[in-house]
Amino acid sequence: MIWEGLLAPFVELVFMRRALVGTLAVALAAAPVGVFLMLRRMSLAGDAIAHGILPGVAVAYLLAGLSLYVLTLGGLVAGLLIAGLAGLVSRVTVLREDASLASFHLVALAAGVLLVSAGGSRVDLLHVLFGSVLALDDGAVLMLAGVATAAVAILAVIYRVLVLECADPSFLRTVGGPAGAWAHHVFLALVVLCLVAGFHAMGTLMAVGIMILPATVARFWARTIDRTIAVAVAAAAVAVVAGLLLSYHADLPPGPAIVLVAGVLYLASLAFGPCGGLRALATPNWHYRA
Amino acid sequence: MTAALSFDDVTLGYERHPAVHHLSGEVARGDLLAVTGPNGAGKSTLLKGVAGVLRPMSGRIDLHGLERRRIAYLPQQASLDLSFPLSVFDLVAMGRWRLFGAFGALDAASRERVGRSLERVGLAGFEDRPVGTLSRGQFQRILFARLMLQDAPVILLDEPFTAIDQKTEADLIGIVRHWHGEGRTIVAVLHNLDHVRSVFPRTLLLARDPVAWGATRDAVARDKLMAARALSEAWDDDAARCAPAGMAA
Repeated sequence: MIWEGLLAPFVELVFMRRALVGTLAVALAAAPVGVFLMLRRMSLAGDAIAHGILPGVAVAYLLAGLSLYVLTLGGLVAGLLIAGLAGLVSRVTVLREDASLASFHLVALAAGVLLVSAGGSRVDLLHVLFGSVLALDDGAVLMLAGVATAAVAILAVIYRVLVLECADPSFLRTVGGPAGAWAHHVFLALVVLCLVAGFHAMGTLMAVGIMILPATVARFWARTIDRTIAVAVAAAAVAVVAGLLLSYHADLPPGPAIVLVAGVLYLASLAFGPCGGLRALATPNWHYRA
Repeated sequence: MTAALSFDDVTLGYERHPAVHHLSGEVARGDLLAVTGPNGAGKSTLLKGVAGVLRPMSGRIDLHGLERRRIAYLPQQASLDLSFPLSVFDLVAMGRWRLFGAFGALDAASRERVGRSLERVGLAGFEDRPVGTLSRGQFQRILFARLMLQDAPVILLDEPFTAIDQKTEADLIGIVRHWHGEGRTIVAVLHNLDHVRSVFPRTLLLARDPVAWGATRDAVARDKLMAARALSEAWDDDAARCAPAGMAA
């Protein structure tokens, strides 16, 4: 039972093994980035940037078909452009960063869907929007692992500045000068990097799911940032493994299955999480004398 | 008298409207200076200018060779996100940023100093508390503990004793006096004239334009205070331009 249900799909089928390694790599990098997105109140900005990747991927697809590296490059260029333009507009005009991101992502999404529809088939559009994790080859898995490793390493380098920039930006400005602004830009680039990696496995629409949902899960289980990140990574890994198994056994598309499992974890955490979950809030509790 | 800070015809403000207008003068090294005046007088703006948060629209603030990051600044409303999952220890330890920066390790001596500064503000044992669970007074004490760790020669305090109880107020005033005794330069924005008179030997009375700057007794004399109260808080887009010297208005 355990063998057939949980282990055999990954041991016996090479495409499942590749899917597991590829999506785990993405999840391990995306979950900590998602924690910072959430703490910076930028969860929806992640969604906007994910959509912003689409036109770049579409142009790359029209130029070079389903070429791994060209699609990656297209996604990176488009994502960085959207994030950079949104930041620029918010700095030089009255529009705030979330509003300019929302504007750019809508334009980008419409342009991307039009481009893919004009130059490809409906199947191609579904591939770009929802990914094809079961079609990952060795090259794609290696690239995902490489991107994830780089993302985790970069996050480790900017970690302390990023924490301070999130928690107390004006203090950082007085003691660290422009370090906070640099960290913000590097962080946005990290978001793009993780989303582009995630797009290969789960598509542009689902990639942000494995970034944000584990972070929101973790918020209900941890009170410190290091524990929040640890719980988010664990939740992402559980969602990946369970989602792939669900997809395999129930013949469901894997990207949405992974995100749905993460969604179930979120709902369970919302209900039962000890740090501000509904049950914790509703239960009359004992208390200390001081 | 050696100056710690000099203001040379400094104007600070927002969107071309001045909040501090043509301020000139010096803060002596080791001075304990109160900055007082009515609401909208430019007191907080002045500290922002010294801290480097706001660039002067004209004139110059001279730090006399002191690196800007060696100035410790307690803003009126800390930008700290209280919902952020941060412990008291981590918040206070940020005060050692100049020493360990983005990559250095927090050594045993620094950890001990964090503990000692918490003890000094009466919050020993609070290290693991999430900052979001602190009261207003406790939070202000924690920020003072962080200021201690910054070990800065110049300390800027923006309304440090507002909305705290009397005991906390007395404790924090004791810390300010201790810093003064150590020879640090302290500039504090205050509304409470009793504090100004009892703690601060020198005062700058601002009403956008400087009204008085000198010994506290003279600076907050009745006639000066009346003059400061006459400040107009106008924000007039049709006001005449105040052009720098040598430039036509």
